[in-house]
This record gives sequence, structure tokens and C-alpha cells, in this order.
Amino acid sequence: MSVTAAEGWVRQAKEQSWLSKLFDWKPFLVVMCLLPALGLLMVFLTYPLGLGIWLAFTDTTIGRSGRWVGIENFEFMIEDPIWWNAVFYSVFYTAVATVGKFGLGLWLALLLNNHLPFKSLLRAIILLPWIVPTVLTAVAFWWIYNPQFSVISYIFIELGLRETNIDFINTAWPARWSLIAANVWRGIPFVAISLLAGLQTISPSLYEAALLDGSSAWQRFRFITFPMLLPILAIVMTFSIIFTFTDFQLVYAITRGGPVNSTHLLATLAFQRGIPGGQLGEGAAIAVSMIPFLVFATLFSYFALARRKWQQGEAND
Amino acid sequence: MSATTEAPETQNTAAAAPEAMSWDSRSRRMVTIYLPLACFLIILLFPFYWMTITAFKPNAELYDYRTHNPFWITSPTLDHIRLLLFGTAYPRWLLTTMTVAICATFLSLLSSTLAAYAIQRLRFKGSQYVGLAIYLAYLVPPSILFIPLATMVFRLGLFDTPLALILVYPTFLVPFCTWLLIGYFKSIPYELEECALIDGATRLQILRQITLPLAVPGLISAGIFSFTLSWNEFIYALAFIQSSENKTVPVAILTELVTGDVYQWGALMAGSLLGSLPVAIFYSFFVDYYVSSLTGAVKE
Repeated sequence: MSVTAAEGWVRQAKEQSWLSKLFDWKPFLVVMCLLPALGLLMVFLTYPLGLGIWLAFTDTTIGRSGRWVGIENFEFMIEDPIWWNAVFYSVFYTAVATVGKFGLGLWLALLLNNHLPFKSLLRAIILLPWIVPTVLTAVAFWWIYNPQFSVISYIFIELGLRETNIDFINTAWPARWSLIAANVWRGIPFVAISLLAGLQTISPSLYEAALLDGSSAWQRFRFITFPMLLPILAIVMTFSIIFTFTDFQLVYAITRGGPVNSTHLLATLAFQRGIPGGQLGEGAAIAVSMIPFLVFATLFSYFALARRKWQQGEAND
Repeated sequence: MSATTEAPETQNTAAAAPEAMSWDSRSRRMVTIYLPLACFLIILLFPFYWMTITAFKPNAELYDYRTHNPFWITSPTLDHIRLLLFGTAYPRWLLTTMTVAICATFLSLLSSTLAAYAIQRLRFKGSQYVGLAIYLAYLVPPSILFIPLATMVFRLGLFDTPLALILVYPTFLVPFCTWLLIGYFKSIPYELEECALIDGATRLQILRQITLPLAVPGLISAGIFSFTLSWNEFIYALAFIQSSENKTVPVAILTELVTGDVYQWGALMAGSLLGSLPVAIFYSFFVDYYVSSLTGAVKE
């Protein structure tokens, strides 16, 4: 009410130019404020998303606009063992890395939630792997996984646990696990710091009450910490799953999908077919094939984990 | 009143109780907290240590673990860094990356501040849905978009120019920054703006003179986040840039330094180290902002 009264008063002051009046007219101002952000997103996000889906149904190559070929690209994809392998590894990579990241990240968050000296310094150091460009740490991992000069092999041999160098990235399964390890390493800080923020919002009085009731440490974790953490866990996990599933950098930097296509994720396969291979239509089809998985993963993690929040009757803000 | 004043005391005793109860609390704490924490720290920091030590090792030590302890350098050298700075276009790549990151950050900060202000403060019909749409845009990963964007960039004649990156990076920066700034604007009391409105200020004056100065911490957080994200971006830079001199650091290290069969591991590690340093230094100045934006965004 006071706002409308104020606007009436503003109009009486006549020293404003027409331009500033125009900018004070709310509909115009709203449009002007939203224009840069929505314009950028429309042109470089919404339109490409549609274009990508359209490209998936054409035989576009680099330098030649394509014809409509219907579902030919998808038919080819379904019969392509390399695509199936990429689907398998994408799901496997996401599942294992997410479990690893959240298990270790939660543990680290619980450790950091104790009363520790140099707490903010510790937090700063722990976030480092997340800050530094992924590709650059991936190069470091590539060197750590080097077949001849791996430092991990060196440690194992010096300790007398192994005779020969560990073969990290030259055969399919070790390469798959090595990439997952690198992904977990990079993901732990983000999970830990986000969950730590969640832990700090839990009221100590809940633990007091539980202590008075004679609860064990495990019971306090199971019935207080974990349920209170679920809403934040749901959001962080949704993000983590989406960005792990569509990961590109780590795999491209360390193995480039090799050995013999065994570590291709859908993103790296789409890149390989689309940009260096020049088959834009086929690459787009592979990229589009990620969408159902993403929608499913998002819905699953959101509904499975965030449901608790609704049941408690809290407002969804 | 007495109940509220007593509350902090009971809280303290309750927190101290489990430690007092366990007789060997110190050694127990050592094993259950400090030992795992130390392991985490060692594992999280080891790749950086390894990167640094490799960057300063002469080749003779680098490839010989028998006579030299790999964890230490006996005769440190700057050869790799010299090769990197004077033998390759590394300074050029750094400059390109810096320019792209700064321009993209500026562009996305500008547009997301305006958008966040419109959504949170101007409260028009459907502002919630616009907010939701922008949030959903954050969930669209670059891996899905790079192929159609590559064709678009090509048709716009921007292929192989840093401008393409500057225009494309806001697609993942704007949603995040808008989201973050909406949270910040929410925390600024609306009464301040009402007072200004009554005093006859225009909306733009309010934004410039009242809301923005109060939202400076939020702007800094969003800026740091945008800067690090654009510095780290890889897939677009890889797909849109072809000529060596326009490449960004992450792409250039992987495509320009890795040529032929013999990898220059020393130079590669030196390049990674130097490429990480600007972000790490930048970050270390603003850690608290960074952490608060990370956790604030998650809590929103």
C-alpha cells in the first residue's frame, strides 16, 4: 500500500526526464532487466538444445548442412557395440563414483564438523582439488598413472607388496577404475564442504536430547544427522549425478576413451564422432541419448531423497 | 528469561559430556578424528605435491627412481618452466584465458544481477517461473550442447575466436550467478527500498545506490565462482578453438604440449602448475566468499 502511495507522489515531482520515467515504469524495467540474461540463455542454451535434437535426426557433417534422415542415427546407434559400451561405462562410472564421493565426502564432513584447530585453513585446503582446473589435475593423474614411472607403483614395489609396475590405464578394467578414482578424488571436496554446511545447521539441542535418552553414536547419526541432512544431500547428489554422468574432461584428458574404446563415456564418444570425426548428426544423436538418463537420474534422486522433506510438511522454497 | 540465559551453559556441558565420559578421550580423538583427517589431507594434496615436484625436477631425476628418491629433488631446475615460457606460446594462452574469463565473468555478472533484481525485487507476475526456468538451465550440461553450439558458432563466423567463448560461457555462469544473487537480494531488507521509494528515488537509483552496495559480498562470490568456472572450462574451448594461439590454458596443455611419442612430463607438469596458480591465488584471497557461495547456493 505504501508503495502505491509513494509512486503517486513521485509522479508529482516533475524534474525527471522521459527516459528515467520510462525506466521507472515497471513492465518496461522488468523486460529490460530480464533481457540480457534471458536473451543469452535463449540464444546459446535453449536454441542449441532444440537444434541439437534436430541435428540428431539429420546426417549433418562438418561443412555440409544435412538432410532429414529420421531415426537412422538412432538405429545405427542401437546396433553399435561401442555406444552400448559407453552407456554401460557411463552408468557404472556415475554409480560407483557417486557412492565413493558421497561415502568419503560424508565421512570427511563429519570429521570436519568436530572442534578442530585451523578450521577455516583446513576447509580452504580441502577445497583445492575442486578449484583447480580439472584438466590440469587430470594431467597430474595421467602422470601418476604412467605405466613406467607411476609413483604408486614405486610405493608398492618399495613396500614389497608387488614385483612389477601396476598397469593403470593400458587395459580396460584397470583404466575404468583409475578414472573413477580420479573422479572421486576431485568430487570429495565439493560434497564434503556442502554437507558440512548442512551439518552445521543441525541444532545441538537434538543431540543433547538424544544423549539424555542414552543413544549410541551410531543411533545419533542414523536418526538425527542423516535425516536432517537428507534435503541437502538430495540437491548435492542430483548435481553430482548430472555432472558425473556427462563428465568429459577427466576421461578425455587421461585415456581419450581408450584402450580400445573401453572407457568412453557418452560425452567423449559424442565428441569423438562429432568434432574430430566430423559426423555432427551422429554425435548429436549420442549426446541426445544422454537426456533420458539425465531426466531419470534427476527424478530418481530428487524424489527418492527429497520426499522426506515434504512428508515433514516443510515449505518447498 | 532465565531459561534462555541458561541455554548456552547446558549446551556447553552437553557438548563436553561425551569427551569427559571417555577416559582415553585424547588418544581416542587422535585415532578417530586426526588420523583419518590426515589421510584425507595427504590424498587430496598429493597430486599437487607431485605436480610441483615434477615441474622442478631435472629429466635425469625424473626418469630414474633407482638412484634418486622420487619424493625429493636433489638439484632443482627451472628448465621446464623456461621451456614453457619461452619455447611455447604459453604466455599467450594465459593471456587468452585471462581475457576470456574476465569478459565472461563481467558479462554474466551484469546480466544475472539485473535478472536477479527483477525476479526477487520487482515481483512481476510469473517471476517465480522465470526463476525456475533459469534454475533449470543450470541442469543442462555442456556435453549435450557443444555439438549444436559448434555449428552455431561456425555459422555466426565466430569459429576459432575467443569471442565465441565469451558469449557461450554465460550459459552456465548466468544460471548459477542469478540463483546466488537472488539469495543475496532476499537477505537485504525490503524496507530499505520502500524508504527510498517514498523519498522519490527511481527504481534504477535504488538498484544502484541501495541494493547493489549491500549485495557486494554476493557479487564478489558470484564473480569468483564465474572466474574459476570459466578458467576451468574445457569442452567448449576444445570444440570451438582450432588455432594454437587462441587456445585457453587447459586445452593448450593437452593438445599443444602432448605431441609426438615423447611426452615432456616436466613441461606438462610445469604448465599445469602455472595454469592452476592464478585460480588458486585468486581463490585464496576470497576463500570465505567462495565457501559461503558454495554452501549458500546449496542451502537455497
